Amino acid sequence: MLNTYDILQTIDMLDNQHLDIRTVTMGINLLDCAHPHIDTCARRVYDKICRQAEKLLPVAQGIEEELGIPIVNKRISVTPIAMVAQASDETDYTPIAKAMDRAAATCGVDFIGGFSALVQKGLTKGDRRLIDSIPQALAETKLVCASVNVGSTKAGINMDAVAAMGKIVKQTAQATAQQGSIGCAKLVVFCNAVEDNPFMAGAFHGPGEPECAINVGVSGPGVVYHALQEAKGKPFDEVAEIIKKTAFRITRMGQLVARLAASRLDVPFGVVDLSLAPTPAVGDSVARILEEMGLSVCGTHGTTAALALLNDAVKKGGLMASGRVGGLSGAFIPVSEDEGMIAAARSGVLTLDKLEAMTCVCSVGLDMIAVPGDTPAETISAIIADEAAIGMVNNKTTAVRLIPAVGCQVGDTVDFGGLLGAAPVMPVHQESAADFIARGGHIPAPLHSLKN
Amino acid sequence: MRAIVSVFSQDRIGIIADVCTLLAAMKVNVLDLSQTIMDGVFTMVMLVDTATSDLSFDEVRTTLVDKGKELGLDIRIQREDIFNAMHRI
Repeated sequence: MLNTYDILQTIDMLDNQHLDIRTVTMGINLLDCAHPHIDTCARRVYDKICRQAEKLLPVAQGIEEELGIPIVNKRISVTPIAMVAQASDETDYTPIAKAMDRAAATCGVDFIGGFSALVQKGLTKGDRRLIDSIPQALAETKLVCASVNVGSTKAGINMDAVAAMGKIVKQTAQATAQQGSIGCAKLVVFCNAVEDNPFMAGAFHGPGEPECAINVGVSGPGVVYHALQEAKGKPFDEVAEIIKKTAFRITRMGQLVARLAASRLDVPFGVVDLSLAPTPAVGDSVARILEEMGLSVCGTHGTTAALALLNDAVKKGGLMASGRVGGLSGAFIPVSEDEGMIAAARSGVLTLDKLEAMTCVCSVGLDMIAVPGDTPAETISAIIADEAAIGMVNNKTTAVRLIPAVGCQVGDTVDFGGLLGAAPVMPVHQESAADFIARGGHIPAPLHSLKN
Repeated sequence: MRAIVSVFSQDRIGIIADVCTLLAAMKVNVLDLSQTIMDGVFTMVMLVDTATSDLSFDEVRTTLVDKGKELGLDIRIQREDIFNAMHRI
């Protein structure tokens, strides 16, 4: 029989350390829903999503009950809609977003991702229309998430798209001003976007993916934090070892859930995303893990090194535990969704510039950060450009999910509730980057040799 | 299906008898059992097999949780697989 201590340890992780499966996400190909009439396309989108994901919720709930582990989110990702909708001459793609929203509600999932465009090299007419539709689409739906990939290591950075996305982020904030500009919490701008990411708001079902797939995102900052409390003052080798072992256990559980879900839904297993995804709950914070390593406040000097160790150890531990690893795979640092990050940002120690440095060594980027509502679109574009450059040069995924909360100033807090949490409004540099963004064009792909 | 039943409660006479009676009534077979008092809390871990029961896993789970509450016991049942996944390579 199993060791009683091991069983009790697992139960303690579930009861007291916020151990959960963060998401089971079904990826669905929608390319066959294309149609010259947008309403027909929207109907096909609705029908196909409902058909494929009909059993997602009951199957996930069944697994939760049998294993006694919470699956916090059940989600759907679809083919980037710019690819599906451009068979139509319609310029507004909001009807497709609404069809996705209705389908997500019918299937009972928390979010649906894939109102997306991949424009790292250039924009098709469909990409342009989708990007222009984002503010209205996010204002008129509840569950739809949008993403735009503006750069990659192989293609460089599309600065025209970067300039456009600064304006779109602002327009989305304005269009959802009554709800704390929540539309921006559902809009991600990527560099090196991955095709099998199960996490929102950036999930989409990439063109290289199968007809349908189950991707699982694990979590567990609370478990890592708790494990590290046993190693106070110990050298970093031991810290790394503890994180690896913990990540292994968490990921094995994710692999089990993914295998069961894929088999019961008769859908191929895609990937397990090895991520430490925090929640606003006390005791489920990535920032507190970094502080447990010896930093008095997350964001002070040493934070980037601590995060680099954490991120690497999570991957090393998780890698052996899963048959196939993918997605974003790394520690997330969304400010509003992490109790410790919120506190560090409020104290003024954690700044936007430090967060940018931290994104060089972890997944994914400047995430869920509220900035003043009067931040110019060009400044947002410049922040996107900086983050995309980090991703492009370092051959990793980076992203920006900023909320220029309308009517809010530094010191205010934007409260989204639930897993999206509460974001303290953080200052941005006041000096203009408008002339830089106005240039447009393309930043060339970086050299892949002479690395120093 | 093999599953782990875990029971937590303030210690008193007859907890094992109560839980085993519940399981027997549902025709759930007990394969192994380990019990101790940890920090004053009665703690029991049982390996059971639900295949012999006429009830579904969900019905067994609901009955254990509900009847456990009536008896003042915190009872849960989880598939053995989750513990194997986390603690065995």
